[in-house]
Amino acid sequence: MCGIVGLYLKNPALRPHLGRLFTPMMGEMTERGPDSAGFAVYREEGGRNEAKVTVCSMAPGYDWSALAAEAGESLGAEAVAEPASNHAVLRASVDAGSLRDWVEAGHPELSVTSSGTVLEIYKDVGLPADVLDRFGVSQMAGSHMIGHTRMATESAVTTAGAHPFNTGDDLCLVHNGSLSNHHRLRDWLREQQGVRFQTDNDTEVAAGYLTWRISEGASIAEALEAGIRDLDGFYTFAVGTRDGFSVLRDPIACKPAVMAENDDWVAMASEFRALADLPDVEAASVWEPEPGKIYSWSGSA
Amino acid sequence: MTVETIDLDAAGVRALNRRLQGRDGPVAGGHFIVTNAKGRHALAVGLTEAMDVRIRGHVGYYCAGMNREADVTVEGNAGTGVAENLMSGTVRVTGDTSQSAGASGRGGLLVIEGSASARCGITMKGIDIVVGGSIGHMSAFMAQAGRLVVCGDAGAYLGDSIYEAEIFVRGRVESLGADCVEKDMGERAADGLQTLLERAGVAADAREFRRYGSARQLYNFRVDNAAAY
Repeated sequence: MCGIVGLYLKNPALRPHLGRLFTPMMGEMTERGPDSAGFAVYREEGGRNEAKVTVCSMAPGYDWSALAAEAGESLGAEAVAEPASNHAVLRASVDAGSLRDWVEAGHPELSVTSSGTVLEIYKDVGLPADVLDRFGVSQMAGSHMIGHTRMATESAVTTAGAHPFNTGDDLCLVHNGSLSNHHRLRDWLREQQGVRFQTDNDTEVAAGYLTWRISEGASIAEALEAGIRDLDGFYTFAVGTRDGFSVLRDPIACKPAVMAENDDWVAMASEFRALADLPDVEAASVWEPEPGKIYSWSGSA
Repeated sequence: MTVETIDLDAAGVRALNRRLQGRDGPVAGGHFIVTNAKGRHALAVGLTEAMDVRIRGHVGYYCAGMNREADVTVEGNAGTGVAENLMSGTVRVTGDTSQSAGASGRGGLLVIEGSASARCGITMKGIDIVVGGSIGHMSAFMAQAGRLVVCGDAGAYLGDSIYEAEIFVRGRVESLGADCVEKDMGERAADGLQTLLERAGVAADAREFRRYGSARQLYNFRVDNAAAY
């Protein structure tokens, strides 16, 4: 089943309260996905333009400050790590790709959940309310968040199998549904295009597919458009971008989605009840996205 | 006339349905206002007596399912399967509905003032559905009886594998499903449609609609196949 939610705050005055507004949206989707939860938060921090990589350790008590010191030394740049539960955000004044490559090359005990300059991705197994609490979401500020509550069908209940999946710098994907051609597509992407995968998860294949399309020069909309042709199965996708998000449902509309917008925010969810606590929602414009049509919202547009 | 208000934030869905199903005292002829719907599922389901229920705000899945006799109005949008298996009475949605509105309904009237998404009236068995806006794909799939009236446009594969139901569309039909064909309107059908539009409170002229139904060419309609059973 799974539940997905997205919230972009147009009104800068609301941005300090992003996490507080987002928490009930995720909680309301617990019945659609009680086994794991994850979320992506986008926060610009006072023009800081350094690389930001979120990393996750399965071993408790990981020494994050040692990791930061080692990163700083090898990359010749100032690096800091900010722990949150079993994740940490590692920052360094280099480009995001270099920082990600450095972690992946030298620290196979860690998994990288996101890379970019504004994006952070956190995910774990457990009830959504517990996962959000672990990462202190209700205190988080930022411009937008994308989240997922998981009821696993295609692969194991693990932290790595939880969404969102990073699909390139400052890009992420969440998915409600299941893909039926993921085995063959994963093999093709891995063998023909050199895309790396960490799990047997079907959504990771969709994420890898979008990453590959974007690396070939496609825009998000173009990559999703191509996905309608190449991805077989049931899906509602929400894609987080640096300044907004996109939504796409499969052409026969197997999986639900609802969108809502007013002057202060734009939001999407699997069901309206996830939006019911947003400020002034009863007066907002609320609609069901049409199947096979890409809806994009970008703050800079 | 006394009006009983039920606040879902305080009472919850089970208490609401207990009350409206008459399990906490008489309900016939009553007037109820339901507040703080907040997209909750299965509101006002299984009602069996004549009463008036107004639900304030958007509702979730399967609102007013299996309704008999009661008139239920949703002041907002409705999620999947509104008025599913409607038996009699009236369900009115002032906004849009998600997919499978009026699915398998056996009688009564469902009025959707906005638009309905995919599979509206799927396997309908006698219900009348009037949609002020447009409907999505695969609507009236395997429709057996009743009428589906669309003031706007219809999505792809309208009326696929239809039996004896009638479909009326004022706007454009993207495509017809297997065995669904356009038919002459005829005076009797037009008169019946005009009466239905008036009953639904929709200001439209029946003569602006086109009528669709079954060509009766699929397997089930061929007497030669009767021996197979």
